[in-house]
This record gives sequence, structure tokens and C-alpha cells, in this order.
Amino acid sequence: MKYKLIADIAIALSIARWRQTLIAAIGVTFSITMFIALLSFMNGLNDMLDGLILNRTPHIKLYNELKASPEQPIQLTSGYKDHYHFIRSVKPNAGRPEIYNVDPIMNTILKDDRVIGIAPKISTQVFYTIGAIDLAGVINGVDVEAENKLYYFSTYVTAGNYIDLKNIPNSIILGKAAADKMLAKIGDVIQVTSVTGEKQQLKVVGYFQSGINDIDKVQSYTSLNTAQKLLGESRNYITDLQVKLKDINLAPAMAKEYSALFSVDAEDIQTANAQFETGSNVRSMISYSVGITLLIVAGFGIYNILNMMIYEKMDSIAIMKATGFSGRDVKYIFIMISLSIGVFGVVFGLIFGFGISSIIDQIPFNTAALPSIKTFPVNYSPKFYIIGATFGIFITYLAGYLPSRKASKVDPVVIIRGK
Amino acid sequence: MSKKVLESININKYFHTAQTQHVLKDVTFSVNAGEFASIVGKSGCGKSTLLYILSTMDTDYEGELFIDEQAMRLKTESELARVRNEKIGFVFQFHYLLNEFSVLRNVMIPGLKLGKYTEKELEHRAMEKLKIFGIDDQARKMPNQLSGGQKQRVAIARALINDPLIIMGDEPTGNLDKKNSEIVFELFQKLAREFHQTLLIVTHDMEFAQATDRVIEMDDGKIVKSEK
Repeated sequence: MKYKLIADIAIALSIARWRQTLIAAIGVTFSITMFIALLSFMNGLNDMLDGLILNRTPHIKLYNELKASPEQPIQLTSGYKDHYHFIRSVKPNAGRPEIYNVDPIMNTILKDDRVIGIAPKISTQVFYTIGAIDLAGVINGVDVEAENKLYYFSTYVTAGNYIDLKNIPNSIILGKAAADKMLAKIGDVIQVTSVTGEKQQLKVVGYFQSGINDIDKVQSYTSLNTAQKLLGESRNYITDLQVKLKDINLAPAMAKEYSALFSVDAEDIQTANAQFETGSNVRSMISYSVGITLLIVAGFGIYNILNMMIYEKMDSIAIMKATGFSGRDVKYIFIMISLSIGVFGVVFGLIFGFGISSIIDQIPFNTAALPSIKTFPVNYSPKFYIIGATFGIFITYLAGYLPSRKASKVDPVVIIRGK
Repeated sequence: MSKKVLESININKYFHTAQTQHVLKDVTFSVNAGEFASIVGKSGCGKSTLLYILSTMDTDYEGELFIDEQAMRLKTESELARVRNEKIGFVFQFHYLLNEFSVLRNVMIPGLKLGKYTEKELEHRAMEKLKIFGIDDQARKMPNQLSGGQKQRVAIARALINDPLIIMGDEPTGNLDKKNSEIVFELFQKLAREFHQTLLIVTHDMEFAQATDRVIEMDDGKIVKSEK
């Protein structure tokens, strides 16, 4: 009963000033709309840019790095044990770049619950022979299926079918920029020379485009078998193991663990691509602050309108207090007005925000750098809607609270005697 | 002797502006049930100030105030609001009707606030009150469609909706012309005679005051005459 009366009065006051009330609500609607659209779009872009690198970067990469022996001869001499050693003479030996005992290592990692999968890789320097000149390049021998499953290989193959790499022996997928340079068409055969001098004829079955031109200029893909053959190695010659984890945040700890367990070098994604995470965070922060600024501006709108309403309705407040409304009742009336504006604004804001996101999602966006993207990317995560709604209601409550408190403190004696 | 509806004991009030001003000096008096009393005095003698203290709206005073034999001194703001809602009806110089609501609704609002009757019952009661003043045919109109005298009558009906112990008026005829003043005065008389309503009216209109049962005269913050 009591709340119904308060609601009745709140509604009557809002309707009496419906134009201002509507404008305040539109302000909230507009800011929530922009908040949703901005965050969805920004995060869509973030995801895309992250995907550009992060999707293709293993969470943990196991490999053997060529490095100088950590124990130099002088350290082994007991007489100089406690001294500072600056004589270092033993150079890196001609170690093997492959991972030893790769099969047992793979089996062990695959049994780990935290792991989604492993894609083995052979990375080797080559020369593409074009007429009389040799062009430096890198060939990645990959397990085509694992690579596609874990790192979305097919997304980057813009011409030809990626699975041909597995099905056609001695085939290669060339980087688009490299192919352009070599004038190599699909179906052509090119010659590749390995660092050890082996020459091999490979058939071009497709182009790939990573979105990063420097990579496309040098990199190309073959199957594991082809790469092993090119290097003249056996079928357990693998240089890199790319591990994908269920939880990316475990990568640094697990990299250390694997490194110790298998005595190989391990690099986690956070170390390899720290700058990307920073970039995403900064972009998110910017979009959140712009969105929240919009909401605060809308909050000031509500604050203004309620303040005006309170000045206009001083007499009504005074008589309500004289006839038995307490300060708290008066406060509830104005908070209710503000919250209704907020709820109305938020509901429409969410709807329009979704609408605008969908429109952005339809806008064509073609760029040579990102072959897999056809329209602007949008992230429809419900998180933004929840944050927008919560924050919208909170701001309108706050914007209503301050004027309402003032209304609740109106002294009816001052108003009535002032007449 | 009939019940004391309102009693003030040694009420003192100061205004603290540039210099402290002693506006009410040891005001002690009481109003019994069924009395039709008026407070008169020169302008600035403190009669309105006293009324606002008696009405519980002004809480900045020294002394004791009893309404319906309950002490008001230590009650909280919302308890006082409840007392005003239930036991006091107000009529001011200005009508203070809410323009957003119909006449009927304006009369009902304090009743809805009290919540003693259902909305249906209240509507019926409000119509009855309006009928006493002969304005029941205006019930569905908005306040701004009414004349000044009619508005003041609606305000009196609103004051009556919760059957208050006492009606307080602050120059209720101050804003009205001669004819409407007379109508309002007759209404007060009718309430006193027929309904035995307790009334306490502040006025500077001696003619009005003389016609009431009891005239309380104030001068310079003191009660100088309080005849029965």
C-alpha cells in the first residue's frame, strides 16, 4: 500500500514533466547503447588481433636451443671454485636441433589433463631457388591435422586446400608474398635447397597468408614427412613441440615444469608475446573508460533534471511532509523516479546496443592482412550487457540519491512560511 | 473536564540570525477536545512560529509539547511525520494542492499514507468530506480548474480525511476575498458545532477571532490573554 502510493506519486511527477523525464531516459539509453556497441566492437577487434598472434602461438613451445655450455672448464677446477669466471672458451658444439626421445615426451604430455593437444613441428632454413638466385626462407614441417585443429591452419590458407599438404607427397604451401615473388602458381613445381645442400622439387598446392607480410615473404609449410625427407632425417626428427593448454594462465608454470622434466627448453606464450596482452588490456581499459564516462554524463543529466524537479515541486514536498510523509518517503519518491528513468534507459540501451553491434557486424571489412575476416569483428559476450546494465542502474541510483536526499531534508516550515 | 488534546509547557524559541532573538517566551497553554480556539496578535509576535512548533514541523525549541498526552520532544523525524499524518490536519494560507492529482486524489493522499482504510473506503470517505463542503461535484476535476475558495475548501477536506484530533490553521482565510473568507469561516464553525472538531487557528483577523470560542492573544512572544 505504502509503496504503491509512493510509486503513484513518482509516476505522477514524472508524467507531469514527461519531456524532461524522456530526455533523461534517452540520455541513459544513448550511453548504454554506445557502451555496448563500443565494448562489443573493441573486444571483437581485440579478439581478432589477439587471434592473429595468440591463436598461432603455442601456449608452450618445447625446443632445443643452441647455446654455449653453461659449465666452462675453469669452473670445473676446484682451485677457482669461488672466483669470478670470465674466461669462457668452449663454443656451442654442433648439437642436434631436434628434441631427443620425442615420442615418449609426446605420450607423457598428451596424458596430462591440462593439455588440449600437441602439434609437432620441424622448423628449418631453406633457399627457394628462382632461376639463378636463391631466396632465403623458412619451411615449417607440420602435422597438418594437428596444426589445423589446434592453430586453425586452414584459416590462413587462402588458395588451395590445406589437406592436400598431407595427401599429395612432396607438396608445399607457399607464403603469398613469397609465391608472388617466385611467380609460382598452384600446381607449379618449385625447387628448394636445404641448409645441408639437399635439393628437392616440391609441388605448390596452396598459398597461405598470415596477415603479417614479413612472415608471408619467407615462410612456407610442408608436411612433417616432406620436411624430414628434405633434411635427410628419420621420422622421429622433430624440432619443436607446440603444446596447447586448456588454461593459458598455467603456461609459465607448466613451461618450467616441462623444461625440468624433459630437459628441453620451454617457452611460454606470456614471455613470447607479452606485448600483445598489454595491448589488449590497454584497449579494453580505454573502451571501458569511454563507456563509463558516457554513463556518468548521462548520470549528470538525471541529476540535473531531478534537481530541477525538486525545486519546482518544493511546495508539493512541503505539503507532503506537513501531511505526514517522512523524509524517507520523500527520498523514496525521487529515487524511484530516477531508478525508473534508469531501468527504462538501460532496457532500451541494451536492445539498441545489440542492434548497433549487429549492424557493425554486417559492415564489410576486407583487408589483405586479414584474409579470414570479411566484416568488422564483434564480440557479443553477455558480460558487456551485464556490466552495462549494472553500472547503468548504479549510476542512475547515485544520480537520484543526491537530489533525493536534498528533497528529504526540505524543511516544510521554511517553504510554507516563506509564502 | 474534557481531555487535553494539545498542551505546551514553557516553550521557548530563539532565532539565531545576526543576533539571537527570543521569539517565544515560556509559552504554556493547552487546548481541550472540542474547542474552537484562535490565536491572535500583531504580526511578528510569534503566533505562526508557535503554531509550527505545535504542529511538530519545527523541532528547534525548548520546553515540552504534548499531543494526545504523548510527549513530542524526543520523537524521531519519521515518528513525528506519523503523528502529523494521524492526529493533525493542516490548513495553510495557500492551498498546497498537488496539481498532478485530481481533487479526490488530493484529499485521499494523507489517508493512503496512513493506510488505515482501503482505497475504496477512502474514496467513499473523501467524497463524504467533499460533500460537507458542497464541492463533491468537483471531485474528478484537477485543482487548477477550481476557484481559490474551492481550492481552500478542498484543502480543508484533505485536513479532515484521517479524522484528526486537531485541525491547525495558519491564516486559512488570508488569501481569500471577503465572500470566500466567510464561507471558509462558516465551514470551520460547522466543523466545531456539528462534528465537535477541535480547531486551533492562527489569524490576524479580529472579526474572525471574536467569533471563535476562545481567543488566545499573543504579544512579543508571550501569551497575554487566554480567555475561555
